[in-house]
Amino acid sequence: MTAVEPERIHQKEVAIVAGVDISGQWNRMFEERVIWDYDTSKLDEITQIEGAESLGACYQCGKCTPVCPVDHVGDYSPRKIFRKTQMGSSLLTSPDLWLCTTCANCLRVCPKEVNMIKIMPAAREQAVLLGNAPTELSQAFENTFRYGNPLGEPARKRADWAKDAGVPVPILAHISRPVDILWFVECYPAYHPRGKDAARGLARIFHALGVDYGILGVEEKCSCDSQRLAGEKGLFEMFAEHNIKMFGKYQFNTLLTADPHALNAFKHEYPKYGGEYNVLHYTQFLAPLLDRIPFKKSLPYRVTFHDPCYLGRHNGEYEAPRRLLEAIPGIELTEMKRCKSNGYCCGGGGGGMWLDSFARPHVSERLSERRVREAVSTGADVLAVCCPYEISRFEDAVKSTGNEGKLIVRDIIELIDESMRG
Amino acid sequence: MNIIVPVKQVPDLVEELEINNDGTGLERDALKFKMNEWDESALEEALQLKELHGGAVTVLTVASGDVDEMLFTCVARGADRVLKITGDFEEQHDSHTAARALASAIREQPYDLILTGVQAADDLDGQVGVLLATYLGIPHISVVSGIEVEPLTRTATVHQEYAGGIMATFEVDLPAVLGVQASRAIPRYAPVSRVRQAMKTARIEEIEATTPAGAGISVRRMFKPESTGHAEMLEGDTDEIVDRVIEILRERGIMR
Amino acid sequence: MAEHDVFVIAEHLEGKLSDVTFEMLGKARSIAAMLGGRAVAVLLGHQVSALAEQLGAADQVLYLEDAGLRYFIPERAEQALRTLLQDEKPTLTMIANTSMGMDLAAALSAGLDWPLIAYCSDARAEEGKIVATSQIYGGKIAVETLSESDHTLVSVLAGVFPDADGHASKAASIHTVFGAANEGRVRFKGLTVPEAGDVDITRETLLVSVGRGIGTKDNIELVEELASNLGASLAASRPIIDSGWLPKQRQVGKSGLTVKPRLYVAVGISGAPEHLQGMKDAELIIAINSDAGAPIFEVAHYGIVADLFDIVPALSERLTEVRAK
Repeated sequence: MTAVEPERIHQKEVAIVAGVDISGQWNRMFEERVIWDYDTSKLDEITQIEGAESLGACYQCGKCTPVCPVDHVGDYSPRKIFRKTQMGSSLLTSPDLWLCTTCANCLRVCPKEVNMIKIMPAAREQAVLLGNAPTELSQAFENTFRYGNPLGEPARKRADWAKDAGVPVPILAHISRPVDILWFVECYPAYHPRGKDAARGLARIFHALGVDYGILGVEEKCSCDSQRLAGEKGLFEMFAEHNIKMFGKYQFNTLLTADPHALNAFKHEYPKYGGEYNVLHYTQFLAPLLDRIPFKKSLPYRVTFHDPCYLGRHNGEYEAPRRLLEAIPGIELTEMKRCKSNGYCCGGGGGGMWLDSFARPHVSERLSERRVREAVSTGADVLAVCCPYEISRFEDAVKSTGNEGKLIVRDIIELIDESMRG
Repeated sequence: MNIIVPVKQVPDLVEELEINNDGTGLERDALKFKMNEWDESALEEALQLKELHGGAVTVLTVASGDVDEMLFTCVARGADRVLKITGDFEEQHDSHTAARALASAIREQPYDLILTGVQAADDLDGQVGVLLATYLGIPHISVVSGIEVEPLTRTATVHQEYAGGIMATFEVDLPAVLGVQASRAIPRYAPVSRVRQAMKTARIEEIEATTPAGAGISVRRMFKPESTGHAEMLEGDTDEIVDRVIEILRERGIMR
Repeated sequence: MAEHDVFVIAEHLEGKLSDVTFEMLGKARSIAAMLGGRAVAVLLGHQVSALAEQLGAADQVLYLEDAGLRYFIPERAEQALRTLLQDEKPTLTMIANTSMGMDLAAALSAGLDWPLIAYCSDARAEEGKIVATSQIYGGKIAVETLSESDHTLVSVLAGVFPDADGHASKAASIHTVFGAANEGRVRFKGLTVPEAGDVDITRETLLVSVGRGIGTKDNIELVEELASNLGASLAASRPIIDSGWLPKQRQVGKSGLTVKPRLYVAVGISGAPEHLQGMKDAELIIAINSDAGAPIFEVAHYGIVADLFDIVPALSERLTEVRAK
């Protein structure tokens, strides 16, 4: 190929071509890509929803597909969603609307910042208003609205878990003094059998460390972060108003929770409604206090840790849980390939806890089953978690993948508690 | 088509029911209330018929206790008007009292059809729908699960369920009261944002009733039923329980 | 006049008197004895004198022959009964708590201005006044109620009274009256009997029944698998049928079918009286429910208080293992 003679190349200071100013830049696209062949009304239907505009930015690079956990068990990714809407398929009436767990791995790699964490709740809200939410999900909304928790358990039993903790658990309404920590227990730790195990364990750890804390007890209502992401913004706002009002009754320095979804709500959403707090996950609170935890027994376990999406990717904390695990005598920590910022979602977030029955025909297996297989392949005996959705999801998955006896699932709290008990 | 849906709240059976100190009623402080599930089906059916035939759905309830949230939820689901019947009513009132009050309020409204739940969990003195129809002097059919309305002839064709899946089909002149057993679709979910919006913008109309109360009965005693027998409870972890079940099935010759 | 008498409204469909008719009749005789009156059976229908003959346990059968009542029509039956009861004024009138009975009992109560006590599991006379025990709130609460009037209606739950005393080999004393009402505002159009072809659960010896505790339609699969591993048929309680998750032929209970299998496994069923009525005579009842206070445990022989999502798959699996051996 003949090179162009240098004399024939002129760089202009100012260059306007066909009415478009391209001065100083010579390899960018300036005009809107005109889509001639497709009816973009279904795409516009989404991008016109406040919060869902970024779907239109997708330029089909495909970086999201290999990191989307649902694609590993099905056929799914933001790129695919964009393509389908571009081709005229409405997301609002598609099952695709309900398969995303808002794990944010796509957002981590997307060069155009197509933000599923904003797109999904915005689009889902429209579907919920039209009455098109899947039945199991609507039932969870209904339960939350009526009972203050998605499990449908009586509101007045929200603090009953504390009766069997073996240590006193202060309830703020009964102690009339400021505390250092307001521990927001959340629904699954308060009502789910395995959640209650962890809640009681944490109470015992706090007691051993002499932590000055209190819980809201029956004054607490679900933080509803997952319900918000599943399309019930109204419910989220209603309960945020309630919880903020309850917080306002008491004096405390730090708002602490064992639930990364509540953590997410308190850090990123509650300030919009006037609730600004110093928020910590229990792992973040305990990590600096490691020297003071009275470990007695050595636990000779090979442990692999599952990063919760809402503690890790969404809120940047990967180290604190690992420091806790490494501090427990006897524990050998081994990492799964997909860990830390590339962690593989358990399937519970974004409403996923209440969409398993809906998702079944669209996936080859649950995300939690996929993850359990990965954990088993590391040779670990214990899969350690620190989010209340995970414990029940992974224990179910251990059974359904035939790995009973090969792997047990424990919250980090339970491991610390076990070592403390001697 | 004007459809009227009388509804009521009942104690939520999720909570444990406690008897009060008198022993003649439930301990109301411990109670949480929710809309009667059969009334929810009636409302759903009414909304479905409105979508088919046009018109308006009006929800009525006797104002006893806190009924506002229930009424706003009905608005959020799609009811056009919600009415509270005020008067000298005890919080725990019987079906006859409610039916008389409803009849007096309904006589002043235009209506083609009245849909209400076939029954409620606390209907000690009978079902409100049938009492209401009799007080209004209009026909009634209960245990209905299948309604087709023919506005031109002002009739409805309904299916009444008997035992064993047998169904009787009736044609009834409107206006009539139909006691709904099941709606053609599960009762729709009312998004919270709609309920909150209703709380801000919707109006609950009030209508007074001075009808007499009472059903000619008096509760002597309310109690938790004594068990004439009780199951032998199987204890242990899942494996132990499953083992025991297999053992029992073998003992009874149901399994080899 | 029928002062001190107990009237029983007989119920029939497709040429057969329902069991509850005989149950009420047996009880009516004992209450009538308490009152010093007669037990009178009231039969409405067309050309059903053969059925009237079966009511010999009553002191008298009042047979209202009405060509318009070949099939039960709510309004027509109610009008005929209202006239009859207004004339006769019995102390107690017993009506079955069934679909037909529901349209009659409350209508007669409002029309005659007589008190009605519903959902009765027991009734008696005390110094000439009627006292009844009812089951309300899904069977969780019992109420003992006194009628303040000299004329009372009760609607009776099916299956609470034994029917032995309601059957008699003695000849019935039948008094026939003829009815001739005009065609009313409610007209009978037909009867639909479910197609044969689907299973008849009343004939199955082993049943696994699923209730509201299952949560979603998809989860029913777990129970189906258990049934299949047991060699049993699948049945369900009313909420499952009303939601359209299983066909009507599978419904056990008052508005469904009554079953008496060798084995009845109740999964996630609380045990409201309407359901118990349909299965309490099963030979072996095993109930699984997470609520220790569920009324199903009153009739079950063995009870498991646990999460059905733990027990059902585990039991399924163990049965598969056992069968493979």
